[in-house]
Formats: sequence, C-alpha cells, structure tokens
Amino acid sequence: MKCTWCFEEIIVDVNWSTLIPKPPTYLCDTCENKLVKITGQRCMMCSRESKMKLCSDCTYWKEHYKGEDPLTSNYSLFTYNQHMQDMIAKWKYRGDYEVGKAFQSYFSQGFKQKFSKMKNIIAVPIPLSEERLEERRFNQALMLAEALTIPCEEILERDHSEKQSKKTRYQRISSENPFKLKKTINKSVILVDDIYTTGTTIRHAASLFKQVGCEAIYAYTLIRG
Amino acid sequence: MLNTKNPLYSTTDLQELTKRYSGKLLLRQEIDMTQDEFSSAIKHQLFSETPPFKSKSFFYQCQRCGNNKKYYLGTIPCAVCQKNHYYCRKCVEMGRVMTCTPLYIWNGPEANWEMHENPCTWSGELTSVQEKASKRMVEAIQNREKVLLIWAVCGAGKTEMLFPGITEALKMGKRICLATPRADVVRELFPRFKEAFQDVSIQALYGGSPDKAGNAQLILATTHQLIRYQEAFDLMIIDEVDAFPFHMDPSLPFAANRAKKTTSTTIYLTATPRKIHRKLVEQKKIPHVFVPIRYHGFPLPVPTLTLCFSLKKQLKLNQYPTPFLKWYQKRKNPSRQLLIFVSTIDLAQNLKKSHDFQLKVESVHAEDPEREEKVQLFRKKKIDILLTTTILERGVTFPSVDVAVIDASHDVFDEAALVQIAGRAGRNSNDPTGEVVFFHDGKTNAMVQAIRSIQKMNKRGEALK
Ligand SMILES: [Zn+2]
Ligand SMILES: [Zn+2]
Ligand SMILES: [Zn+2]
Repeated sequence: MKCTWCFEEIIVDVNWSTLIPKPPTYLCDTCENKLVKITGQRCMMCSRESKMKLCSDCTYWKEHYKGEDPLTSNYSLFTYNQHMQDMIAKWKYRGDYEVGKAFQSYFSQGFKQKFSKMKNIIAVPIPLSEERLEERRFNQALMLAEALTIPCEEILERDHSEKQSKKTRYQRISSENPFKLKKTINKSVILVDDIYTTGTTIRHAASLFKQVGCEAIYAYTLIRG
Repeated sequence: MLNTKNPLYSTTDLQELTKRYSGKLLLRQEIDMTQDEFSSAIKHQLFSETPPFKSKSFFYQCQRCGNNKKYYLGTIPCAVCQKNHYYCRKCVEMGRVMTCTPLYIWNGPEANWEMHENPCTWSGELTSVQEKASKRMVEAIQNREKVLLIWAVCGAGKTEMLFPGITEALKMGKRICLATPRADVVRELFPRFKEAFQDVSIQALYGGSPDKAGNAQLILATTHQLIRYQEAFDLMIIDEVDAFPFHMDPSLPFAANRAKKTTSTTIYLTATPRKIHRKLVEQKKIPHVFVPIRYHGFPLPVPTLTLCFSLKKQLKLNQYPTPFLKWYQKRKNPSRQLLIFVSTIDLAQNLKKSHDFQLKVESVHAEDPEREEKVQLFRKKKIDILLTTTILERGVTFPSVDVAVIDASHDVFDEAALVQIAGRAGRNSNDPTGEVVFFHDGKTNAMVQAIRSIQKMNKRGEALK
C-alpha cells in the first residue's frame, strides 16, 4: 500500500504485532511524524495549547456570553503546523478527497478515547453553502463525522456564503448567524468540523441547538488552529 | 466581454477568444466566462467536450495528464451527482479532473499568430560552434523537420543558441513553447527572452507564476504546465530532456506530445542524454547536432578520482574524509569557492557543523525554504563553501568554483548527475578551469563513464579548433 500523501510504499513489519488487528494506516511514518498531536497542557474549553486552564480566547467568550456560552467545549486532535496546512489545502481546496481518509482514521481513534462513554448523542457536521458544495463536491466536515461510531445527522444548513477568511476577527465574531436548523432535536450533539479557529462558526451553530433545548453541545474538530 | 444576446460574435471578440483558448485543454473553472457566456460559446460550438478519462482494458487514464497508475486514481462520492466518481490525484494540484466534469477544447477558428518581420532584439554574437548548431536548428524549422536533438555540453551557452531558431519561427508566424523541468530555470530565462524579443508576447508559466493566461505566442513553461495544452505549438523546445522528472514521469512526455501540433518541430536539448537518446544518436536514427565546446572555448574540467579507505566510517561520525581535507588544504587556487555535493540531506546538514574551516559554510537541499536565498548568497560570494544535495547539479551557474563529490560511489550520483556536477566548474571565461574531485570508497561504473564521456566531448571539441 502507498502513503496517501507522498505515495511512497508503506512498509509493514511482519512480526507478532501484525497479527493484532490495527486501524488501517494511510500515511507512511515520515508523513505521520510531520503531524503534531496536541499532547501537553491545553485549554479545557477549546483545546488550545495553553498553560492556563482557560485560555485568553475562552476568557473572551466567557465574558461575551456572560456565562451563557452555547458551546459546552471543543476538543481537537492536531495543531495547525505547516504540514497540516499543506494537507488541508490539498484536501479541501484542491478537492483531493482521498487525503481525508487519513484524517478519518485519526478522527475515529480520537473519538473512541474522548467521547466513547457518551450515550444518546449524535454527530452534526458543519455544512458548506450550496455554492461551495457544488464546487467541492464533498463536505469535509461530513467526511469526518461519518468516520464516527455514533449516528450522523445533517440537520444544519448554511443559507448564504461569505468568505470567512476575508473578514477581520471582529467582523467574524460579530457577524450574523449563517446557519439554520432543518428540524428540532433535544439530544446532546457533537458538532463536527475540520478546524476550530476563533470558535465563532461553531458557536453560531451551537446557539441554534441551545435555543431548541439541547442538553450539551460539544464540538469535535480535527485541528485547533 | 461577450455579447450573449447577439448570437454572432464580433470579429474582435472572436479573435480575442481564439488567442486565449485555442490550443488549450481546460476544466470548466479554467474558462473565465459566466454560465451564460459559456452556454452561448458551447451553443456556437466554440468549445467541444472531451471525456476526462479513457478506460483501457484494465485501467483508467486521465486524459489531461496521462496518468494510468491505479494508486493515483481516487474515488470521491460526488454530492451533486450522488454517485461515486473517479478523479485523478496525479494532477489534482492543477484542478480536479473527475468523471462527471468534461474537459474542454477549443473548437472555434484557428489562431493566427503574428508574422514578425524582425523580432530579435538580441545584439550578442554566437561563437562559430554555437552558430553551426543554431543554423541546423533554423533549417529544421524551415524544413518542418519533426525532431532535432541538440547535444550541448554544460556551459555551451545554449539559450543564445536558440535565438536564431526562435527568430525564424516568429517570422513564420509560429507559436513556440520552451519547456524546462524546473521553475527556477523558467524564472531565470524569462527576463533574458523578454530582452531578446522585446516586441513579442512572451509569458512565463510555472506553479504560482504571476502570468496564468498562457495565451502568448512564445511560452516559457515548466513541463507540468503543458498538461493544459493540446495541439498548440508549432515549435516545441524541450530543455534538459534527460532531467528528472521528465525521464521518470510518464505524464510529462504524454503532455508534451499532446501540446504540440501534428505538424510541428521538436527540439530536444541536453548535456547528458539518457541511453535511449544516445543510442538513437549512435545509430543515426535521430537528427542531432553536437556542441562539444563551451562558449569560452576551454575544455570541460575532467574529474579526478580519490579513494578514501574509511569513508563510510568517517561519514558516520559526521567527519569529512581525510583525503578530502588534505586536498582542500592544497587546492591549486584557494580563492575559488567550493561546492560540495553529498548524497543525503542529513549529511549536508551534519557536515556543515563538523569542521571549522574559518569560512562561511552553508548547506542546502530541495526542501530548504531558504534555498533560493542561499544560492543567491553563494553567487554573491557571501558564502565560501556550500554543501548541497544533487539539487544544484544542473541549471545553476557560479563563476568560479571547485567541485567535490563526497561519497561519489553512492547511487544518487549516476553518470548524468556526475557529468552535470563536473559541469559546474570553470563556467566563466575569467576562470575557465576548476578542480573537480570525486571522493569515493569504490570506483563505480557511473564515475568511469562520466569521465569517459567528458573526455570524449573534449576530444570532439579539440577537433573543431
Ligand atoms: Zn508519506
Ligand atoms: Zn480556550
Ligand atoms: Zn490527471
């Protein structure tokens, strides 16, 4: 099998450990080692690498919502280093769907460690606008959500598209909610997206679930940007 | 832009579109038209669709890059069609080719390129040897010969040699492409060509180039960029036809072949032809011309071999081989800069710190983000010793260097690489010689052949005097 990133052959050692079933590998050791997992101290709210229990971003959100933050917490697996940026660019912007399979494998492993005890909970991917979906032909958040062992429901929709990246941080934080709910639910949800950057997008989505009375609203993202 | 209400395009609109799109093979998103404009263009048969993949008995072939390797064939569940599609991962960096999106080729009138009366604004002079080769190239173009191989040694001055041929093609109103494997080379050639053909439309295309349109009469491009062309060029010049990745990557010959017109002339340039071309030359099965002598008339430096008994052991300890240090201290001309080729990135980095030369030492490799900068500093003599992997084996010119290859027995140093490496020395007429030493722990065929082929060229050059 070839590495899904560099196309070098992945060499599998044949010894006793190969007899134990392992999740499929998509990346060679070299490529895998270039990805950096968040391992040290992190903000308990947003997974940012941080010595403080609550990072400066989250302190801002706490004040902003005066204790009524719709998001229970976010958990991310990787940092957004150069290699990850290259992979994301090829996956999302170039539309190389197969790159996402490597992420799916990490994403489901991380889920088992962090969320497996939760019952009666569904995964909801952050949607793309129709226009963007037509262009990309797949939603990267859906691809990640589908890798999880809990039911996945696409109950969010995005009604207008605006390029997030072109706005300033302030504009992003104060911009209007681009999402709508297609139906109401009252379970707990895990919002799934590829990257948590300022937390604005996730909170727009989270606030809708909060309004309809969902108990807990988590976010699970591949990367803390 | 287009007048879509009126079904007939104005002459100028049509000319504009023809220049822009003829000879192109494009994805819809690469055609800069609104949906209405595009529908109208389709209705008037300005573009025709062509399938993105061809299935051949056991595999699918991407019709843009020619890939048919299974591991480059991706599958994607298309949200629009609600079906699984194939897509090509080989060329996905240049836009995704997938089964539900056709490729478009221009189907409108043929483009008429300007017939320039006197396009060449270069005032330099060719040496008699250069002139002989360039005359041969002019002939090939005039007679519409299919192919000509120019075998010119490193430092022969091949760019200038091309000018008369390109001039001739421009006079005849032909469209020209010079394709080279490396973006560095395109960037370096672009200003020289603009200077030499000041009134001709010229564009440089490479990944991330400011020019994207590719609608000029004279195109300088990396070979990768050719995947967007079909039946476009009357004259195709392929530089360093032996270089990686051209000879390794079957996509590139596929694209280069498709990019030229059925009646076209192809010029191959090389200093170190691969076996296949050498055989064709020996058997006189390919028209060719030699340029066995450098523009300054001096022979190529012939490498010397130095055996190092404990080479592997010393390299493991990140030490320079002792014979190398001995040679270093007794160089004939210590004022020359030193270019040291090593086999791996690690070795380049580790050796850099291992010995105190009391000079500025740097290392460089393919993924080094400061690669361009370091090469520039070396050129400006702000760095005295540069340790490099094979990335600097070709395409770069430094005026006055000695060259050492450490662990020349290593596989990465094949014959072509060693000839190219030796060709870095003595490039300037002010210092036309330079030492080239291969430090090894066992003579390889590649070393012997490299020396032989350099000597052969020198002999051929001598005969011309
Ligand atoms: Zn890899
Ligand atoms: Zn935080
Ligand atoms: Zn392709």
